[in-house]
Amino acid sequence: MGSAPSLGEQAYVQQGETQTAVKILVVGHFAVGKTTFIGSISEITPLSTEETMTRAGESIDDLKGVQGKTTTTVAMDFGRLTVSERIVLYLFGTPGQLRFVQMWEDMARGALGALVLVDPERLADSFTVIDLIEQYGLDYAIAVNHFDGTSIRDERALREALDLLDDTPIVTCDARDERSSAAALITLVRYLQDRAR
Amino acid sequence: MTEPDKQEPETAQLVRSYVITNGRNLPGEDQFSLITLVTASADHQQRPARLSPEEQKLLEMCVGGYLSVAEIAGHTQLPLGVVKILLAALSEGGYLITRPPVERAPLATMEILEEVLNGLRTKFG
Repeated sequence: MGSAPSLGEQAYVQQGETQTAVKILVVGHFAVGKTTFIGSISEITPLSTEETMTRAGESIDDLKGVQGKTTTTVAMDFGRLTVSERIVLYLFGTPGQLRFVQMWEDMARGALGALVLVDPERLADSFTVIDLIEQYGLDYAIAVNHFDGTSIRDERALREALDLLDDTPIVTCDARDERSSAAALITLVRYLQDRAR
Repeated sequence: MTEPDKQEPETAQLVRSYVITNGRNLPGEDQFSLITLVTASADHQQRPARLSPEEQKLLEMCVGGYLSVAEIAGHTQLPLGVVKILLAALSEGGYLITRPPVERAPLATMEILEEVLNGLRTKFG
């Protein structure tokens, strides 16, 4: 103690005394590319934190559903982007499993919206995620993470397969490319603007 | 993602969470959301007395500027719930300044979205 702070200057929010923190969720099934996406536009190396699945004061009965599991924690990855002098944007990567409901409440509260990353070859895996997003009342856009060598289905088929509303935006992106990731986020934010009007 | 089989961080393994938190309960969500910004208050830069090692570590981290609650958890590798409890204790002791995200009115939301959009376009356009 009494020495310099334990983190480098870059780790801290640039204008934290005046900035408002906002968040957007980046959701999708396991290994769809959430962390890659966040890493491509985050100004900090993406961090990971664990949320315990039971909380102090809650009944241990909550553990019933996870008996036999080797862990009772779940990791979420997140990054940060200073978008203006007044606003710092956090991107939270959220796994789509129902059993992480407690974490979803923390994540969804106050979020501007969500970007749903979709693997065109594993569409069915996205159903749970989209259900959760709708359940928490978040507006969202779909970003099809276009891995090398995978085919992109035509938009109408995709909309039908995922049972989307007509105005839900669909974009393709390469989560490894910062401009491509940013373009997907821009599509989401423009949609959120339309929804807020 | 953390592998299910991966060992938990050292701190969690050596010391039970309820020992670190001294048995305290989670603070209200309004006070410490994931994106509540936290920094050390200027009055307490000197070595504070009677803080646990974990509290001292958190406070030391917060001296350098503002971090979100999620970032503090990420850097310390402590579970989020534990971090919230420790931050609440430090805050009660006057060691921290916290800035919860503002409750957003519809108009403010439009302004925020416009700034986010412009920021993304400027940085990645």
